[in-house]
Amino acid sequence: MKAVKFWSWLAYAVGAFYFLLPLAATFEFSLRARRGTYSFDAYQVVLADPQFRETFAFSFAAAIVTIIVGTFIVVPTAYWVRLRLPQARSVVEFITLLPLIIPAIVIVFGHIRMFNTSSYLPLTGSTMGTNVLLICGYAVLSLPYMYRAVDTGLRTIDVRTLTEAAQSLGGGWFTVLGRVIFPNVFVAILSGAFLTFAIVIGEYVFAALLNRPAFGPYMVWMGGNRAYEPAALAVMAFAITWGCMALIQMATRFSKYNKVVR
Amino acid sequence: MSYLQIHNLAKNFGATQVVKSFDLDIAKGEFVSFLGPSGCGKTTVLRMIAGFETPSSGSITIEGKDILPLRASQRNIGLVFQSYALFPNMTVAKNVGFGLKIAGQSPDRIEARVTEMLKLIGLGDKGDRYPFELSGGQQQRVALARALAVQPRVLLLDEPLSALDAKIRVSLRREIREIQRSLGITTIFVTHDQEEALSISDRVVVMNGGIAEQVGAPHEIYNRPKTKFVANFVGTLNSIPARVLDRSTSTFQIGSQNLSLAPAVVTSKIGNTVNLAIRPESMRLNARNGNDVVVSGTIEEVQFLGSVLRLRTRVMDSVVSLDTFNHPNVPPPSLGEVVAIHFSPRDVILLEG
Repeated sequence: MKAVKFWSWLAYAVGAFYFLLPLAATFEFSLRARRGTYSFDAYQVVLADPQFRETFAFSFAAAIVTIIVGTFIVVPTAYWVRLRLPQARSVVEFITLLPLIIPAIVIVFGHIRMFNTSSYLPLTGSTMGTNVLLICGYAVLSLPYMYRAVDTGLRTIDVRTLTEAAQSLGGGWFTVLGRVIFPNVFVAILSGAFLTFAIVIGEYVFAALLNRPAFGPYMVWMGGNRAYEPAALAVMAFAITWGCMALIQMATRFSKYNKVVR
Repeated sequence: MSYLQIHNLAKNFGATQVVKSFDLDIAKGEFVSFLGPSGCGKTTVLRMIAGFETPSSGSITIEGKDILPLRASQRNIGLVFQSYALFPNMTVAKNVGFGLKIAGQSPDRIEARVTEMLKLIGLGDKGDRYPFELSGGQQQRVALARALAVQPRVLLLDEPLSALDAKIRVSLRREIREIQRSLGITTIFVTHDQEEALSISDRVVVMNGGIAEQVGAPHEIYNRPKTKFVANFVGTLNSIPARVLDRSTSTFQIGSQNLSLAPAVVTSKIGNTVNLAIRPESMRLNARNGNDVVVSGTIEEVQFLGSVLRLRTRVMDSVVSLDTFNHPNVPPPSLGEVVAIHFSPRDVILLEG
């Protein structure tokens, strides 16, 4: 038993070392902007850069809109599949996994070909149209995470019985979805939302090829033109991602009725 | 005129017909139980009344009006589920007031009605609790209050006691019956527990294979089962083979004895073997009067149940159970002992089907 515990801890330590060492090295490097001493100069430069604020604000807004769009697509779909179309579940799961299989560059080229200025729906012909295309692309990219999070949430409640209970009390479909199903999978939606946020904040391919002022291209541009600031940006990006993961944990832990016996 | 009428109702799932030509009339305020084994179609009938299944054919009317074109949310039929189905994100009070809120009632009226309902179910002080903070019995009472709060035209109870422990089941079924009586609400109760169905219903519908085998008051169902299935499903029944001697006098031969079951109508031919059924409590080890039929049996098993002894005996080729009271001064029969078993011809049920 003790031997098993030792090997478990060793595996854990090797894994942690593998992941944390590059991060620690990056962090250490980001502090070397001032010659001969450690400082947060690189972070100050990044935070003072107006382009940083603009691109981050753009990606932040894009992430929020993506979460809203994704929620409105995924929650009713996952709910309907669980309630009425369980036989379609494997097909829907496969579709939601496609963004993990098909490279983002293929998707974005597809979007550009479908919606360029000579198409029936020339979205790339205007800034707003391109932004819409970008959000749609982000919603597709976040689909595997959002769908799984919501589907897992739906699995923890008796969707059919709760729906029927609400209907027998006079509830229509919108009432059932809005007042019964949505609040009960809210924590799951939050999990998907934070993952979506983390993905959108660091996304490069869609934003670069659609020429939108997002945070991802800014990080790449910074990496090609500065020495210490990219390391600071990388650490900040990690912090945002980990912050999102911590929020997922908190949302799950502090949910008022997550211990419901169903 | 009946309040709820179900006529020629049928339901197919693919090639399987789970409900076949089901007919039932229910009076206003009546408490009717659907009793039957799993898969007999009782819940499917209930779900068709509630609007969650569409019948393949037939009609359902309430006060003469066809309810089949209405969606479940438009039927105003209360439903209580086996799994309670309380909304986990809402407090007890919010659960009970859910239907009223959807109906657009004012907050004052909702609060008054919720208070009234919680008082009715004895949980007046639990309004601000969440479902997970309540026991199973309390949750089911809240589910009942929630269904009743909207004053439904019919209350449907789908095995509401199945998930509860034995003691709570007995007390809660009594409560359900009292509440149903006090409100006078027409109720259909689905169960596979015969004791539940017999103890609280005005009428019992015994279902098997998608049809209603027998509809009647609990004592009729138990004492005068019309089919072999009802006789076997409701209570314990001994089956003793007998030969038809005379159809005009309904006379049969068991072993070396003859007995007449007149006025029972015999359809089997003379010389054929039929099954005569008799309840364990109708058999005795001591004679009551000279008209008793007496058969000889060998004791195979003695179960001591406190006030009652349940004996399993072999009578000819059949196993016959009989219940007898425990007498403190009389020791129970021994295994292998040959005993004389007495019963009255009046207690015998002829099962030809």
